[in-house]
Amino acid sequence: MTRWAVLGISALNDTDRCLTALSGRVAHVSATDNQPEAETGALDQLARVALSIRGLYKRFGDKNAVDNLSLDVPSGSFYGLVGPNGAGKTTTLSMATGLLRPDAGTITVHGVDVWRNLTQAKRLVGVLADGARLFDRLTGEQLVTYSGLLSGMERTTVAERVDDLLRLLDLQGAGGTLVVDYSAGMTKKIALACALVHAPRILVLDEPFESVDPVSAANIRDILQGYVSSGGTVIVSSHAMDLVQRMCDHVAVISAGRVLAAGTIDEVRGGSTLEDRFVELVGGRHHAEGPEWLRIS
Amino acid sequence: MVANLLKLRLLVLKNFLLRSTWQLVAVIFGAFYGLSALFGASFGLVALSGAPVEIARTVVVLAGSALVLGWLVVPLLFTGIEQTLDPARLVTFPIPLNTLLIGLALSGLVGVPGFVTMFGAMATAGTWWQHPLIAVLAAVCGALAATTCIVGSRAVTTLSSTIASGRRFREAAGVLLMVPLVLLGPIIISISSGLRTATDALPSLANSLAWTPLGALWAVPSDVAVGQWGVAALHLLIGIATLALLVLIWRRTLALALITPAHTVSRSRGRGKLGFLALFPATPAGAVAARSLTYWTRDPRYARQLIAVPLIPALMFFYSRNGMLEVLALVGPLVALILSLAIFSDLSYEGTAFATQISSGIRGRDDRLGRAAALASFGLPIVILFSVGSVWISGLWSALPGLLGVSIGVFLTGLGVSSVSSALVVIPVPAPGDNPFKAAPGAGFTAALTTFATWGALGVLALPEIILAAVGASTGVALLGWIGLVVGLGLGSLFLVVGIRVGGARLDRAAPELLERLARQR
Repeated sequence: MTRWAVLGISALNDTDRCLTALSGRVAHVSATDNQPEAETGALDQLARVALSIRGLYKRFGDKNAVDNLSLDVPSGSFYGLVGPNGAGKTTTLSMATGLLRPDAGTITVHGVDVWRNLTQAKRLVGVLADGARLFDRLTGEQLVTYSGLLSGMERTTVAERVDDLLRLLDLQGAGGTLVVDYSAGMTKKIALACALVHAPRILVLDEPFESVDPVSAANIRDILQGYVSSGGTVIVSSHAMDLVQRMCDHVAVISAGRVLAAGTIDEVRGGSTLEDRFVELVGGRHHAEGPEWLRIS
Repeated sequence: MVANLLKLRLLVLKNFLLRSTWQLVAVIFGAFYGLSALFGASFGLVALSGAPVEIARTVVVLAGSALVLGWLVVPLLFTGIEQTLDPARLVTFPIPLNTLLIGLALSGLVGVPGFVTMFGAMATAGTWWQHPLIAVLAAVCGALAATTCIVGSRAVTTLSSTIASGRRFREAAGVLLMVPLVLLGPIIISISSGLRTATDALPSLANSLAWTPLGALWAVPSDVAVGQWGVAALHLLIGIATLALLVLIWRRTLALALITPAHTVSRSRGRGKLGFLALFPATPAGAVAARSLTYWTRDPRYARQLIAVPLIPALMFFYSRNGMLEVLALVGPLVALILSLAIFSDLSYEGTAFATQISSGIRGRDDRLGRAAALASFGLPIVILFSVGSVWISGLWSALPGLLGVSIGVFLTGLGVSSVSSALVVIPVPAPGDNPFKAAPGAGFTAALTTFATWGALGVLALPEIILAAVGASTGVALLGWIGLVVGLGLGSLFLVVGIRVGGARLDRAAPELLERLARQR
């Protein structure tokens, strides 16, 4: 928390921006409905949900990658998205962040319709995409600065935040190295810095801990935890079940493009571990000893 | 195992082609082109049977030597001949070295260049169809020579990749190889103009080439035809020894390559150095311009597009020495054309890195503006410099205003046109870090199609200033040239602004679809 405060990126301070984003909706509500209780109810509802997905579809060829998926991510939650390979996690997150056009369905980020109001929605969201290239011929410092300037920030603000982020992510020594020469874990960290630099209200992280060493992973977890406790929302997709169980407060299990279970960690796991519950939901676990020829002794 | 390797090669090719219809079309065109070249060569070789032995010998030895030389040199320039069976990917499998060697050599035959070379070389038998024994000998020698081509190119590829396994070296080597390529044009011109005057020297050139590894095998059939059995045996020996030596080199370097994985050496460049990012204004468009300019200096795939810039003045200067001073005037407009269209593959080079930019919510117009500004920051001075320089040499100062109008007009209009076209088309390009000359299959055709469409649009849009300058220069009315300058500047700026707006609007509308196509290209 204290480390986060240093950054000066407190999401709570952004209530103004939130209200501006909502004002359109509020005006609409008050025009059609004069009862004050309904108005505050609608506002509450919108304010509590950071990301809302309704009836999302995406087809690739003859495969339904995302198949009528609906999901609500409460504001200020640390939300885990788990699912087997090819479940549609990355596809869903790409559509939620305005990188992939859905075939059908609506996605709102803090009340802003993502696909009607792309630019406004993108300002609210920080993205760490899995498997996307970075502009890796820039140095780490240049890359984060570039991301900041693209979001239209002041040069001095960008410089301060880049310094803070490189320090927080233990990348000070590597700030002057070309990103193409980074290790996989360092690349993840610099991509995370790019996602954070414009102080988004929602962080969408696709596999953020893949190939990150344990110490850096713990540091990143601290940063994310601080961000959440200051009012931000984090959505991570991951394969590491115990990590999600320990780190997140909410989780959704996705398989074949649908949500199988969603809610707080305790609701979803219901007494057993998240991993057992996951295997139970998704299925496909074999209890076999492997083929004859693979028994070496 | 050899059959498995071949099957793998074909399977990869098939799956690759099925991913994109355009690449399939492009490869079909390539195959059609190769086959017509093969048929043409075969007819020519059969027709040679009617000519005196001396002429047949000269033609076959010279063409054959050039073919072998091409196979040895081209892989240094274009690493993309056939990378599906990259030894680095096969390193984890327990394949005996000799099996791997044979498999890789045979897979070199599967593909348009290998196929055409092998059958074209064996078609040298056609020249000797009246003498069956010599014909059989020619076919055997042809097959050996074709094998030399394939093995030689493999040896060169493996050798260079063993020496140059670091990224930096690979990229630097790619750029360094541009230097001889730039000089290639003038060299070819001087050689061919020399040849025209000295056709008599060709037979003796062929005779000396016959004693080198390049031409030895090709000379054997004609040696026999004129009854010089001893010379024939010696030539055959040279050819076989060359092949054996190349196999040996290849085998050694392949063995070495298998235990030396690619590695990178990183070099730090001091913190706090923002480079161009500190120089350009701190706006989204400024950031894009700074990033773009950094890539122009750091990514050799961008630099590769600039090869033609020094080449054009060199070529034009060469032609102008024959007394045609007027062609020098083409330097400025041609350089403007090449430079301004260089950004049309920008997005393709970036690939999915473009996602970072999309997710920042930047306006398409700012993106287009930034890229155009980056190119113009060094392109416009070059264009003006070359235009003035060409007039300085030719001395036709009265034509300068019109010429500047055309050059600047073409440059600005070209920036506008490619701002639109690069938001529409994704062309296959080598991945970041690859050799910049590597050709993605199908790239040639798609790129050529887009280039021609863009050139066509540019030609029409820049017509006013071109006509004004041309009429002004031919009639000698200086005023027309000045009007051309004003029209060129005005229309060019107008088209640039329109291009940035239209291209930007297109990006705002269809960025996700563009990103999807970029991701598929990987």
